[in-house]
Amino acid sequence: MKMSKFSKVFFYTVAIIFAIYFLFPLVWLVLTAFKAESEVMTYPITILPKSWHPENFVNAWNSQPFDQFTWNSIVVTLINCLGQMVASSLAAFGFARYDFKGKKALFTILLATMMLPWDVTVIPQYMQFNLLGWIDTLKPLTIPALFGSAYYIYFMRQYVEGIPADFHEAAKIDGANEFQVYSMIYLPIMRPALVLVMVQTMISVWNDYLGPLVFLNSRKNYTLALGLANFKGLHSEAVVPTMAISVIMAIVPITVFFFAQKQIIEGISGGVKG
Amino acid sequence: MSSTLAKKRARREKSTPYLFILPWMIGVLLFTAGPLLMSLVMSFFNWPVIGTPKFVGAGNYIQMVTQDQQFWDSLKITFTYTLLFVPLKIVLALFMAVIISKPLRFANVIRTIYYIPTVISSVAVSIIWGWILNTNYGIMNYGLSKLGITGPDWLNNKSSALAALILASAWSVGSLMLIFYTALKSISVEIYEAATIDGANQWTTFFRITLPLITPTLLFNIVTSVISTLQSLDLVMLLTKGGPLMSTYMYGLYVYNNAFDKSQLGYAAANAWVMFLIILLLTGLIFKSSDAWVYTQSAEKSKGKKR
Repeated sequence: MKMSKFSKVFFYTVAIIFAIYFLFPLVWLVLTAFKAESEVMTYPITILPKSWHPENFVNAWNSQPFDQFTWNSIVVTLINCLGQMVASSLAAFGFARYDFKGKKALFTILLATMMLPWDVTVIPQYMQFNLLGWIDTLKPLTIPALFGSAYYIYFMRQYVEGIPADFHEAAKIDGANEFQVYSMIYLPIMRPALVLVMVQTMISVWNDYLGPLVFLNSRKNYTLALGLANFKGLHSEAVVPTMAISVIMAIVPITVFFFAQKQIIEGISGGVKG
Repeated sequence: MSSTLAKKRARREKSTPYLFILPWMIGVLLFTAGPLLMSLVMSFFNWPVIGTPKFVGAGNYIQMVTQDQQFWDSLKITFTYTLLFVPLKIVLALFMAVIISKPLRFANVIRTIYYIPTVISSVAVSIIWGWILNTNYGIMNYGLSKLGITGPDWLNNKSSALAALILASAWSVGSLMLIFYTALKSISVEIYEAATIDGANQWTTFFRITLPLITPTLLFNIVTSVISTLQSLDLVMLLTKGGPLMSTYMYGLYVYNNAFDKSQLGYAAANAWVMFLIILLLTGLIFKSSDAWVYTQSAEKSKGKKR
């Protein structure tokens, strides 16, 4: 569609105003992280740092056991990714490729669990994990992921249904059993969907604050998100260090996003259509 | 011999689908259905973290409605916030989706910029916006002062704290935008061309053609936004901590504190169930209303027949 000159000017202007709202806070975060502590608390405000202090990042990092927090975050994130990819793709394949007794009821349950509010289940889960002795370990943040999650199953099922069933038939004639059909034929075709599940799990688990907050107590078990929030709570005056850690923490999901941008944007559309 | 083998195989083939979904089924029983049932049971008990639970019947629910002023206050704040935030978020997301679907130069770059805040943790979001909205050294009030406006004491003022929350929450509107964007892209160009030939201008085209065609997506986005906004918790906890003077003490925070601060697990479970029921009711109402405003092809056909 061609645009009139007026609407062109209008849309460019609005696009830029919005871009400032979404981009400036990030720029401001990075600029602040490089400033000297004293410069942050001066008025009038300076936009660019008078002098750049890359050592802020090192100092902030060493002021708390952020190595440990990061390690915990990495462990939790990786286990979640692996668990979601395996368990969710198995269930998605089962729902998409077979007819079986109770399938409709089970799928309805799957959809229903997506609507459950967090706090309805988290309170008894807390009791449950307490009984199992899992509180203050990484288990509550990892073990449930090994069973897949409704949202990813739903999304991957859509994807599998788009794959022609001929593959399935052909492989079976060649003597493959059902599991081999899944693992050797379907999994490779499902790669884009698996990448999206991995990326979304990575971003959401890495960023998660509430899960660690509820289930972890001792500092040595903190994830990066919880460690940063705790640091901010203890030292609210330490603007520069909290900004520096925020930058480091945000680099991970932003990098992941840049690498998987195509999958994310296409994936969100695919998930909705069905 | 061969017949038993065939039977065995048939049985195995029958059980195959269940084997694939077995992990998920176990997970649902252990971590969703079990806890869901358990929380309903707990809501009828006085259930401390340590000590023996005591059955109180509907006591928790009665206490909540008749004696707990905070329950009503938090509900009111949460509804106010939802009523303000959801329409704003929907309009903003739709408008942004329209922008990035226009043939502008750098449309892809703009799309990326709009989406990036979505991938940042609420912890960092609260730190970033907390600093921008800082009363003395925040860039927001500095900018406003350049325009001759005295900015409010954002996070420490009852009337502006909710605005601060909206400003920070709306920052991650990217996913909604992408969902709208996909819907816009799926509308065929021919429809627009036909409209242009008929002399329709951009506004008429948008309100008469685009908007009706994406109402199913609109419905989806409204429902998911209402559900998630009613449950707002992490940003509230991190940015305003429910303050000042409990003015942003939303329902999610109220439930969280009852459970994990005051260790009244039974009472908090009852709180959570009340919100769950409210969400079910609201979702049902929205879906019911959708017959009147969501465009479906089958509805259009039956309309045509009547004529």
